[in-house]
Amino acid sequence: MDLQLDGLTVVTDGRSLVSELSLDVPSGGVVGLVGPNGSGKSTALRCVYRTLRPSAGAVRIDGDDLSGLSLRRSAQLVAAMTQDGAVDLDFTVEEVVALGRAPHLRGNAALGPRERELCEAAMDRLGIRHLAARGVLSLSGGERQRVLLARALTQEPRILVLDEPTNHLDVRHQVELLSFLRGADLTVLVVLHDLNLAAAACDRIGVLSEGRLVASGAPEDVLTAGLVRDVFGVSAEVVTHPGSGDPQLLYSLTPTGG
Amino acid sequence: MNERTYVTERPIAMSPPVTAEPTAAPPAAQAPRTGSRRRFFASPPRLFALCAVLGALLLLSVVVAIGLGAAVVAPEDTVRYLWAALSGGSIGADELTTYRIVWEIRTPRVLLAALVGAGLSAVGVAVQAMVRNALADPFVLGVSSGASVGAVLVTVTGGLAVLGIHAVSVGAFVGALAASVLVYAASAGRGGALSPLRLVLTGVALSFGFQAVMSVIVYFAPDGEATSTILHWTLGGFGAASWGALPLVTAVVVLGVVLLHRSSRALDLLALGDETATSLGIGPDRHRRLLLVLVSLVTGVMVAVSGAIAFVGLILPHLARMVVGATHSRVLVVAPLAGAVFMVWVDLVARTLAAPRELPLGVITALVGVPVFIGLMRRKSYVFGGR
Repeated sequence: MDLQLDGLTVVTDGRSLVSELSLDVPSGGVVGLVGPNGSGKSTALRCVYRTLRPSAGAVRIDGDDLSGLSLRRSAQLVAAMTQDGAVDLDFTVEEVVALGRAPHLRGNAALGPRERELCEAAMDRLGIRHLAARGVLSLSGGERQRVLLARALTQEPRILVLDEPTNHLDVRHQVELLSFLRGADLTVLVVLHDLNLAAAACDRIGVLSEGRLVASGAPEDVLTAGLVRDVFGVSAEVVTHPGSGDPQLLYSLTPTGG
Repeated sequence: MNERTYVTERPIAMSPPVTAEPTAAPPAAQAPRTGSRRRFFASPPRLFALCAVLGALLLLSVVVAIGLGAAVVAPEDTVRYLWAALSGGSIGADELTTYRIVWEIRTPRVLLAALVGAGLSAVGVAVQAMVRNALADPFVLGVSSGASVGAVLVTVTGGLAVLGIHAVSVGAFVGALAASVLVYAASAGRGGALSPLRLVLTGVALSFGFQAVMSVIVYFAPDGEATSTILHWTLGGFGAASWGALPLVTAVVVLGVVLLHRSSRALDLLALGDETATSLGIGPDRHRRLLLVLVSLVTGVMVAVSGAIAFVGLILPHLARMVVGATHSRVLVVAPLAGAVFMVWVDLVARTLAAPRELPLGVITALVGVPVFIGLMRRKSYVFGGR
């Protein structure tokens, strides 16, 4: 299933957070959204997992407007790894993962054998099976992210959106998470802060600045020294990764314009 | 993944005992982690067994509590009287006084205590999930202080006199609902959005407002009646229990608990946060609105008959979660049963400890609740509100 942001515009309190954003995420592709803080990345993503309603434009899945679907139906298609903060109740890992089935189950219906297998398979894939009985509040940041990802997989979505999934993760977990996304066989739209990780993990990158898409395309076409200076206000050298051939940025600690 | 660090967390696969040991410990007992106990009751038969035990305990408590008081009635006599009343059987003429104490005074009172205990616990569970705050209780949304204002206004002005003895209860109920509506109106954002934090803050702020109104009424009230009404409504008591009010309270509480239990999964999702809830197919604002209506009605009815009994709705949800974990489909079965048992005993203590005077229920629940609460927070194995 492909995901399409079609002229997406979000206006709150007279301020437009996202303007006329159009971006295609082809079926099975991994597309990254990057941009400085406050550039509207998370806002755009919220429209995809329907916490926000676009003021104009639409999010389309295979051409169908998402807002025409029930929340439940869209949750069967789109899973999200959000930045939701502290949870107060100490659910166990397996309980949280099992909640990924919520969009597929009526009311309080219990999980069937196939669904329990799904949960276990997801926990195995993320290597968290041994944490199953642990309370989520006692987990480290990296473990928690893997639990959320396992929940998203249990949801059996066609599309996965992630809001800064590498936040609070150490290098190893960042790399693991992104390589997992590459191999997940899902249509992925991911907001990332780290341009180098984005360049390595994404087929295409969209760059947002003040709510507008200022560049999009393959990482090597988009991530240029000029764009990084204009959008992020940082001077950087672009080099090619000797192994993968991806563009990588080397930052210098002097502000631009100097 | 990080094998080294996690390997100790794994339940060690126990090889079958070499020596014949017929009473080998069950697997759950081998893993001393806190999660294991919660996992223990995740199996439906075990949860059912727990509920059966609690149910039996409740039945026993009710019979014992009906028997105890100024005139002590033996449990077998209590059962005989209850049976006589229910089946239309006969009892000796010399027992008539005791029978009337048991059936007309104590039975409705004990049943009301059980109902209100169950209701407050269930509502407490729901409120804590819906406002995502472990410190919330049924009264955090201003319901109890609203009810007090309603009750006191009726007492002082003599309004609603046509309703006779129910006037104060009706006043309390109207006050509770008015408070809920105010809280909703003041905290609802654009497009009816109900942020949990705004709900709590508005509830707390309005409670202060209501208390101020109450103080003014009491200050200018000509007699001490307003003061005692306030005391009654802020500390709670089942002294006014009668068969008359019981059917309505039963219907509302039972319906409320059933409906809350049917929203268990929605509560699970709400507790995980609004964005998560939405991404898993639940509209958080809509659900919170529905829950607010339900919770206000149930709480309003309970406050109208018994006043605002503190701590039950705060402590019992946490105690239930300690035993069965956070999943609401389990908590919302265990918490009401445990709450009912707890309340029956609290009421028994309230009316026997300083007999013939009755202690306000709020005093007892606070005496029990405060230490339990502090103990809860200090326990390492129970993560209290994520902090």
